[in-house]
Amino acid sequence: MTAHGDARKTFLYDEHVKAGGKMVPFAGYWMPVQFEGIAAEHHRVRTKVGLFDVSHMGEVLFRGPRALSVVQRITTNNVGTVSPGKAVYTPVCLPTGGIVDDMIFYKVSDTEWFVCVNASNKDKDYQWFVRQAEGECEVLDLSEQYSQVAVQGPNAPALLARVFGDDVLGMKPFTFVKKDFQGAEVILATTGYTGEKGGEVYVPNAAVVALWRELMQKGEDLGVAPIGLGARDSLRLEMKYCLYGNDIDETTTPVEAGLSWTVKFDKGDFVGRDVLVRQRDEGASRSLVAFVVEGKGIPRHGYPVLVGDLEVGHVTSGTLSPTLGIAVGMAYVARPHDEIGSRITIDIKGLRKVEARVVQSPLVKR
Amino acid sequence: MSVPKDYRYTDSHEWVRIEEDNVVTIGITDYAQEKLGDIVSIDLPRVGDEVERGEPIGMIDSQKASTEVFAPVSGVVLEVNELLNDDPAVINTDPYEEGWLVRIEVEDLEQIDELQSADDYEELLGKLDDEEG
Repeated sequence: MTAHGDARKTFLYDEHVKAGGKMVPFAGYWMPVQFEGIAAEHHRVRTKVGLFDVSHMGEVLFRGPRALSVVQRITTNNVGTVSPGKAVYTPVCLPTGGIVDDMIFYKVSDTEWFVCVNASNKDKDYQWFVRQAEGECEVLDLSEQYSQVAVQGPNAPALLARVFGDDVLGMKPFTFVKKDFQGAEVILATTGYTGEKGGEVYVPNAAVVALWRELMQKGEDLGVAPIGLGARDSLRLEMKYCLYGNDIDETTTPVEAGLSWTVKFDKGDFVGRDVLVRQRDEGASRSLVAFVVEGKGIPRHGYPVLVGDLEVGHVTSGTLSPTLGIAVGMAYVARPHDEIGSRITIDIKGLRKVEARVVQSPLVKR
Repeated sequence: MSVPKDYRYTDSHEWVRIEEDNVVTIGITDYAQEKLGDIVSIDLPRVGDEVERGEPIGMIDSQKASTEVFAPVSGVVLEVNELLNDDPAVINTDPYEEGWLVRIEVEDLEQIDELQSADDYEELLGKLDDEEG
């Protein structure tokens, strides 16, 4: 165990404690891991609507006449020439093709991009951005100014419309608008990490408690409740969304991680392109697969994956899927065992071996 | 956090209750179940299995994590709590009674004496709390 005495509180900390949240240190912050129970919260997001405090995440702004070339160079996806108002999910790679972090770029204008990065990587990312920008544009760390609330679930659009206006209902996925909330300028994006409809709201710290309370109050008849990190993890896993540090890191590439759709080889040069082109042409030696367990036991990060007696990979994430009622997971598996339908064995900490099958993703269809 | 006085404990948060002569009951502590959260499945040894002190004998899975159960003493498994197969969450609600895991016939009684007292275990929990701030 490490010392957590220095963990910080988000501006919603008191709201969580009042709501019965079980608080744990995560990425340097005291965050709620659960409220009513992980499975119940998971089902609530799949069937109604839930609120997530994701204020621990980082925000960065790229700005300037030459910002376009900077953001295109450091990302693998095309974040640059899309229309203003578009959100783009992208990895940021090392020259080795390894992933520095995965994040969302929001194109504000032809000279400005707002970026949301993982909490555990904020400092590393910011330093990487500044180094890569080489003074060509401004890179501003806005993490201390913004809180973030995710509103997710089939009833989320209705709830967001009650707070921000009916035009929200016409927003396409992965777009964003600036909105006024009680005098504060917020960014409302139709993005998320659950596979459900809804959005994520970037809100100045001073307004986040009022926003949280208004969402809770106006969503009462829609079944709204706060959701902890536990359900956030099981929801994303069912969608095979990667979690940095578990499924992707500096030793894995977007091609290996099944994120080739986020690599736009024809957009011009970018950091990591050479390695990724080679992997695309030659095929990666392993890939990140989704699997379902056919037996008892829950796969967890780090468990070996076997075919016969041969170790062919390792589990990166695993859980009991609340939606499917069976254990599921993600794993890096060597070719050719990474094909859909392949039978693999998970070695549960040397205690027992369980059979599993590589399946198509997402694990849960939305 | 509840720590019954008449039980013995391990660093890895198992408890041991002495039943009679050389038979003990084993479970996980209130602290351990609280850390794990909602328990969804368990994997325990079979009756007749020989277990060795300090070796993993089973696994407890919650929605968010899995943890191994280590044998606090060496011996032979006499009984397994079958109730847990249908309702593993009993470990959350009643870790020290209904939520017991296995009963073991102890090979070497001295191993029981080497376990921690309730006071020692409470001291350990105090240190862990300090570390977590």
